[in-house]
Amino acid sequence: MPDRNLSSDPLVRSNRLAARYPAASVPAISSITFAVEAGQRVALLGPNGGGKSTLFRVLTGELAPSSGELEISVARPALVPQSEQSRLDYPVSALDVALMGSVSRLPWWRRPSRADRVLARESLRRVGLESEANTSFGELSGGQRQRVLVARALVQDSPLLLLDEPFAGIDLPSAALLAELFNELASEGRGLLMATHDVEQARSWDLVLCCNRVQIAFGDPATVLTREVIERTYGASLVALPGDRSLAITPPHHHDHFEADR
Amino acid sequence: MINWLLEPLREPIVARSLIELALLGLISGTLGCWIVLAGRAYSAESLAHSMLPGLVGAALLGLPLVLGGAIGLAVGASLIALVGRIKVLGSEVAVSVVITSLVGAGVLLGLAPTTPAGLSGILFGDLLAVGAGDIALAGGFAVIVLAVLFVLHEGLLVAGFDRLNATALGRSPAPLDLALALLLAGATLVAVQALGNLLVVAILVGPAASARLLSARIGPMMLAAVGVAWAASLVGLYASYHAELAAGAAVTCALVVAFLAALLARSLREAVASDSRRRGRGAQSRGLRLRSRRA
Repeated sequence: MPDRNLSSDPLVRSNRLAARYPAASVPAISSITFAVEAGQRVALLGPNGGGKSTLFRVLTGELAPSSGELEISVARPALVPQSEQSRLDYPVSALDVALMGSVSRLPWWRRPSRADRVLARESLRRVGLESEANTSFGELSGGQRQRVLVARALVQDSPLLLLDEPFAGIDLPSAALLAELFNELASEGRGLLMATHDVEQARSWDLVLCCNRVQIAFGDPATVLTREVIERTYGASLVALPGDRSLAITPPHHHDHFEADR
Repeated sequence: MINWLLEPLREPIVARSLIELALLGLISGTLGCWIVLAGRAYSAESLAHSMLPGLVGAALLGLPLVLGGAIGLAVGASLIALVGRIKVLGSEVAVSVVITSLVGAGVLLGLAPTTPAGLSGILFGDLLAVGAGDIALAGGFAVIVLAVLFVLHEGLLVAGFDRLNATALGRSPAPLDLALALLLAGATLVAVQALGNLLVVAILVGPAASARLLSARIGPMMLAAVGVAWAASLVGLYASYHAELAAGAAVTCALVVAFLAALLARSLREAVASDSRRRGRGAQSRGLRLRSRRA
């Protein structure tokens, strides 16, 4: 397990990073300058099509940067995708899915060992799904499926976790369990980068990276998350709700259906 | 009764067919599961049909069918790739156009007055004519298929279940797709001698499709598919021997019956499940495990 006291170098650091999809003429993300250190929880805030998933594709090595610098000291970050992308008709159990995390550490000709199986069960226990190990993935609830995908990332045992909107559309018990687990993972010395739409949740994390195809801001949420930054991030204006300290976001009138993220 | 069962097996021809079918069942039961799960049954069928001109050509020139089939497969696959590059058409249309043309060309060649009679042998195979060489080929290829599928198991599972993120997990889908396509082409070639150009698809896809209806995990699905293939082979061969039916066609019919039986079994199971769900607690107290989607 990574020790937060040993490494002072960040797990990932970028300088004016840009990335472009092969068929696209303009970059999907540009001017991204940020870093994630061991034990840090970084929230990645931005609208749909704002480049959150693109940044993840760059960090997992699936998309090469088109300009700028990227230093990444992690062999393979563990990606937790949105659970709605998964096939529900596939004949796999929760344990099978968790065990898939082990292939990221193995060369192509090696199969998971007994130790990997033990780790997969242990990871399901950490996400509270020990009793559902043999349930078909497609029969689990949305929140349970998301937790299985988190368990898969735990089996990857990577010092850096990339979480793609892990709280989107899941039940409250699942959300509470995951929130606590993420804090635990950070205190183990892992770095977490979480894409989210939830400004309030982003405020409770260590750092926030605001991105709407270009970087808007990066830093301590207390100083970074001003009204102006949030408006520029979402391309929308804010409305103060009466009797509530939080701000609601009014979406812009024109919908930019830019689907380069997928 | 005993004699009824043993008599066909004393015939070396029938015994050899049974061994060949057992080996083909092992290949198709395991490989077929991945083909069915990847939704590639249509490609499998197309690939098998694209060999037809090659097979007829080999028959005309007196070459081994396997050689003609291999050339036919290579030509078919290259044409599909070429036509698929025409952007407005898309791959489905490319496959249809190429396969229809190739099957047409094969039939034209096969029915030409100068061609020796034998098109039916190429279309439907000659199960009772398999020799020791065919059995050795099928046996060798079965070992290769089982070994490759064993080693690549988790990779295939990741690429099938979570294709979008398989690369992030260190398993790119492209080489795995290629491995499956090569095994499929090989299996088609190995099976064509026994079952012919049309029936080969039945044994490659049929057992796995039946097993898919009955199994919730990939391992049991493979076992069930091999079991279905073996059972249908046995039933088909006995029917062929005692009722004097064409062997390949009898096995194919048995595969279709097995699929219908699997479909019926699945419908019954679903009916029972929804019935007990309606009764709610009563079913639980009888020890049935209930699973409903909890949102």
